[in-house]
Amino acid sequence: MKRIQLGPFNRVEGDLEIGLDIDAGRVVAARVNSPLFRGFEQILVGRNPADALAVVPRICGICSVAQSAAAAAALAALAGVTPPPNGQLASRLVLATENLADHLTHFYLFFMPDFARAAYAGRHWHDDVARRFTAQHGSAVAPWLQARARFFNLTGFLAGRWPHTLALQPGGSSKAMTAAERIRILALLREFRAFLEGRLFADSLEAFAGLAAFDELQAWAATRDGDFALFLRAAGDLGLERCGRAADRFLSYGAYELFPAGLWQADTGAQPLDMTRIAEDVSHSWLYGDTPLPPAQGETRVDADKAEAYTWCKAPRYGGQVVETGALSRQLVAGHPLLRDLVARHGGSVTARLVARMLEVAQVVPAMENWLRAIEPGKAFCLPAPLPDSGQAVGLVEAARGGLGHWLSVKRGRIERYQIIAPTTWNFSPRDAAGTPGALEQALVGLPAGDDAPPTVQHVVRSFDPCMVCTVH
Amino acid sequence: MKVLWLQSGGCGGCTQSLLCHEPRPLFDELRDAGIDFVWHPALSEASGEEALAVLEDCAAGRREFDVLCVEGAMLRGPNGTGKFHLMAGSGRPLTEWVQRLAEQAKWVFAIGSCTAWGGFSASTPGNPLEACGLQYDTDTPGGLLGKAFVSQGGLPVVNIAGCPTHPGWVVDTLEKLAIDGLRTSDLDEIGRPLLYAEQLVHHGCPRNEFYEFKASAEKHSDLGCLMENLGCKGTQAHADCNTRAWNGAGSCLKGGYACIACTEPGFESPGHAFQETPKLAGIPVGLPVDMPKAWFVALAALSKSATPKRVRDNAVVDHTVIRPGVKKGGK
Repeated sequence: MKRIQLGPFNRVEGDLEIGLDIDAGRVVAARVNSPLFRGFEQILVGRNPADALAVVPRICGICSVAQSAAAAAALAALAGVTPPPNGQLASRLVLATENLADHLTHFYLFFMPDFARAAYAGRHWHDDVARRFTAQHGSAVAPWLQARARFFNLTGFLAGRWPHTLALQPGGSSKAMTAAERIRILALLREFRAFLEGRLFADSLEAFAGLAAFDELQAWAATRDGDFALFLRAAGDLGLERCGRAADRFLSYGAYELFPAGLWQADTGAQPLDMTRIAEDVSHSWLYGDTPLPPAQGETRVDADKAEAYTWCKAPRYGGQVVETGALSRQLVAGHPLLRDLVARHGGSVTARLVARMLEVAQVVPAMENWLRAIEPGKAFCLPAPLPDSGQAVGLVEAARGGLGHWLSVKRGRIERYQIIAPTTWNFSPRDAAGTPGALEQALVGLPAGDDAPPTVQHVVRSFDPCMVCTVH
Repeated sequence: MKVLWLQSGGCGGCTQSLLCHEPRPLFDELRDAGIDFVWHPALSEASGEEALAVLEDCAAGRREFDVLCVEGAMLRGPNGTGKFHLMAGSGRPLTEWVQRLAEQAKWVFAIGSCTAWGGFSASTPGNPLEACGLQYDTDTPGGLLGKAFVSQGGLPVVNIAGCPTHPGWVVDTLEKLAIDGLRTSDLDEIGRPLLYAEQLVHHGCPRNEFYEFKASAEKHSDLGCLMENLGCKGTQAHADCNTRAWNGAGSCLKGGYACIACTEPGFESPGHAFQETPKLAGIPVGLPVDMPKAWFVALAALSKSATPKRVRDNAVVDHTVIRPGVKKGGK
């Protein structure tokens, strides 16, 4: 058996190192190291609670709005304020813009370039994929960057800029959309839809979202020449619907009133969430702590020389068990027949995670069009949200990569405790005290690795679309 | 011109912002200006050993490159070990990689305020991360590379500060370097390119009329000037945010919230709540740059007394309630 360290594991957000124990060309154990620690939970302590709105977006340059939304939700709960409908819709539009852009930035810039690698030369799809998806130079890159920049113009109108906005407030949105802007934003959404229907799907969003079974998806892919069909043909050839299975327990906090909250497993179906069952274990993290703590009592104290530790990431568990979060979890909890079918056949996989993201794109863009039509310029976008001197609150949102939670405690007008569990904290967690590996660590076991192995490990790691700067924060 | 990019104690948001470059897609824009990446952690195909080999060749002087762009604060802790960020796969502190590569680079760019000054990572009380910028500890020269550092091209670190940076600030500075070269006279006193830092955020502010009359917003989403009550530092912050649109149409002020001076050293610890204006005897403590306090007080009193009803009423609501009058016959 040999042990290798893979890194810098690039084309993810932030830095990542994967340790693999390999025997006979297969992974027998994996350890995921999140090598960067910045201490945002300490940075927040002692500040004015409203300052969290300026601090937390800077945790992450790719999930910046999701961090804002979680803080705004926690502060709104603390203030006991519900934003007016316009404010809710405007904030939701900004979050959805970030989430969908992230899905496609992952697809075009982070994930697909691995299929253009020389290791796949000779596969029937390789020439097409290499032409289209080679890192930086493929013919799909410039059209995506153009579409992305134009789509993000929506945040120019609604949030001032992206990333790092202060527009999402506990009382709603600091930006009150004008009637003139509403027309221009609708035009931006039409432009984005045109890109998706022309390049990504080569089909209408509604047609893709209506695919209800894996067989239907495969038949669809065989007749389309869009970018996602190209992935599906490569994935089918490589059997990626059978690669990358983790614990097959899927957690979602719910999003946009389209995707409900819950925990889904094949044998129990979707169960309501019990937030008291969440606790973070630090037995393999460079942090002090003996027992798993619920985030409302959580601590983050550095113990850089801890012998058995191998990452800065904590190990969140739900009822003591490893769960996976992300677009796939949202679809499974919501009960989409295509993903339920795909997972019933093979469990969670590279293909299932990718399909779930694209399905979400196809579902949420039409929803965004509806939210925009429902906005009534001239009516309130933001209510005052005076904060109490003391109290505790939780803000839960779905970022692109899954459930994001902020647990906030305020005392005498200052932040006393601020604990964050990010999506990739769940997915890329280390072993817990019982020795149970985290979701990615499980998903890597059994894959081909080592000299001359195909880049399967690369696909599985990136199928989670990890955000390492959020993971440890 | 070859660009090598590294990331450390930051959020990656400057790269994400860079990818929003308009009007042309980033890679097309750079390629046609003769600029390409030797390696970029978020964008290059090369991973693991292959990537480390590129970095090692550059650090050892075996592979030539022109600009080292670093994104994120330098984390020297705990206790000087650099363990808060060991570069994956290499086991070596990111700070060590930066020091080695900075020796070989013709020019060194700090991308974003974390990299320039230390930023949020340096703002925990006592700075346990031992975080700093490339050539500054907040506003004190020094940082990782030291006050005396000059790259082979003859410049100190070029501080493209901002949180995040505007894509145009990075692309224009790279292109300026590629086309004309960069000189000390192209930078301000703290190393920021004048092409964006010789302006104030206040210039071109869409709330200008409200500012003129000191017609102030009182709560979030109000249309009025954000300086008096809601923490805006646009009259003190160096950047062209209101003359160079963000994301096609935006700026912080257009988004309805204060400029928190994210291009300035120490912006992350302002000593007051970000979205509130500290005042002394009713006068904002932070006055517009270059403006004597007595003048400001006198001007504010005069302009408040002369505020048209339209401006006064519109300032405290979230949509225009009184439109500008229409003159008959165009007179």
